[in-house]
Amino acid sequence: MKGLNTALGAAGLAAFLALGEVVPRVGIVKEAYFPPTSRIASAFWTELNDGAFWSALGDTLTGWALGLAIAVGAGIAAGVLLCVVPYLREATASTIEFLRPIPSVALIPLAVLLYGTELKSVLLLVVYASFWQILIQVLYGVQDVDPVAEETARSYGLGTWARVRHVLWPSALPYVMTGVRLAAAVALILTITAELVIGAPGLGATIMVAQSSQAVPEMYALIVVTGLLGLIINVGARTVERRALAWHQSVRGEVTV
Amino acid sequence: MHALLDVSGLKKVYEGSGRRVEAVRDLTFTVDAGELVCLVGPSGCGKTTLLKCMGGLLTPTAGEVLLGGRKVSGPPPGMAFVFQEYGRSLFPWMRVGENVELPLKQKDLSKARRRELVADALESVGLTDAAGAYPWQLSGGMQQRVAIARALAYEPEVLLMDEPFAAVDAQTRADLEDLVRGLWRERGITILFVTHDIDEAVYLGERVVVLSASPTVVQEQLKVDLPVERDQLHTRVAPRFAELRTHVYEQIQAAKRGTLPVQDRLTKTDTPPLH
Repeated sequence: MKGLNTALGAAGLAAFLALGEVVPRVGIVKEAYFPPTSRIASAFWTELNDGAFWSALGDTLTGWALGLAIAVGAGIAAGVLLCVVPYLREATASTIEFLRPIPSVALIPLAVLLYGTELKSVLLLVVYASFWQILIQVLYGVQDVDPVAEETARSYGLGTWARVRHVLWPSALPYVMTGVRLAAAVALILTITAELVIGAPGLGATIMVAQSSQAVPEMYALIVVTGLLGLIINVGARTVERRALAWHQSVRGEVTV
Repeated sequence: MHALLDVSGLKKVYEGSGRRVEAVRDLTFTVDAGELVCLVGPSGCGKTTLLKCMGGLLTPTAGEVLLGGRKVSGPPPGMAFVFQEYGRSLFPWMRVGENVELPLKQKDLSKARRRELVADALESVGLTDAAGAYPWQLSGGMQQRVAIARALAYEPEVLLMDEPFAAVDAQTRADLEDLVRGLWRERGITILFVTHDIDEAVYLGERVVVLSASPTVVQEQLKVDLPVERDQLHTRVAPRFAELRTHVYEQIQAAKRGTLPVQDRLTKTDTPPLH
């Protein structure tokens, strides 16, 4: 069954690529704007042999990873703090609900004013967008601590820190992991957006350059690269999630009794 | 000489969202060191509230609980709790051994001593081989054994058990009852066992404290004069067992109707009259 699904998936992808090859060639769409698959593939190959491409990829990954790391760290710290300190959560709820829906891209002018085209501009946008994803999940996760588990910990004399570490954190972990997975995807979108719009060095800026210099196949090749990045990030995040939550009912599967 | 556990004038009122619920009105009783006492009462009579007040998990509205002469104001180190919901009380992210060991990490014990206590406790409940498994890989009865092992390893003076076998099947339940009696006799710990099951209370306890319906007071205290050596097959068909359970049953029915048989209340009989 699994083999069949893989085969179907591969066949579907092959058909899609073939369509991309045929449609421009027979003239249904303009070849100048929609180059056939083979041209994109060869442009892709050229990019892979270009040092500038790799440094752009490096810039993008740096912005993504650094931004995500800051957002995860800050989101978890803030989330736990808001829940552990009494009344803090209630006091901050309205502010969070106001700040959270602000689209990160609306902060682009601010980022340019503050940092120009530096990495810091990218980080500002990425951290702002990813931070809320993590924070909200941590807040939900901490709320989901089982009262019986909490009472058990208290009855055995576990102090506040021990309860945070042994009960609250593992209970919230499934939520945190979901938050990290969502934030990883959002962080990539914002990294590319910032590079595209602000012109900070990276894949986004390279796409922009390719577009403005009429290098259409190269532009498509770079877009494919960003797609592949997103795919790899999602698969990676899922793998980490499965490892960290091997005990959780969503992962552990059949139980032998 | 003081009793090990002394509950006096305990009252707990829950207040919130415009509702005032008097869960426990006025409870006074004692448990001596080394006793196995069963608390039994109609459902919803505040048994869990009482136990949580005793364990320092809830603050009583009035009255106090003394453990070894000292007032309980938070979970005391000399008390261990076994909850009814074993599946939620054990941490699924920790293996059985880690679950049992976690409370010991709060005590000032060497790693070797901790290991020894964990191994010993798991052996006592017959789960030596399960230390490396996750709780959710075990059956319900085994999970509750792990929770009991965790309590034993903690080396408490008093073991509080809140309807621990209410969620397991009848056969497992019988095994676990015998396990508790065995541990009590071996280790000499004091056990306060809360149940809604009259048969279980009479079979397990050396003494049964019958609670009234809510708002709760002590309806009757009853000494169980069955032999120390008990087994599921013979004890449960013994005529004395039947008499005792009938008596407790009547008391509970009376408690549900809200009538306190006058002569019982006045005499506070230690043992019911032979029928």
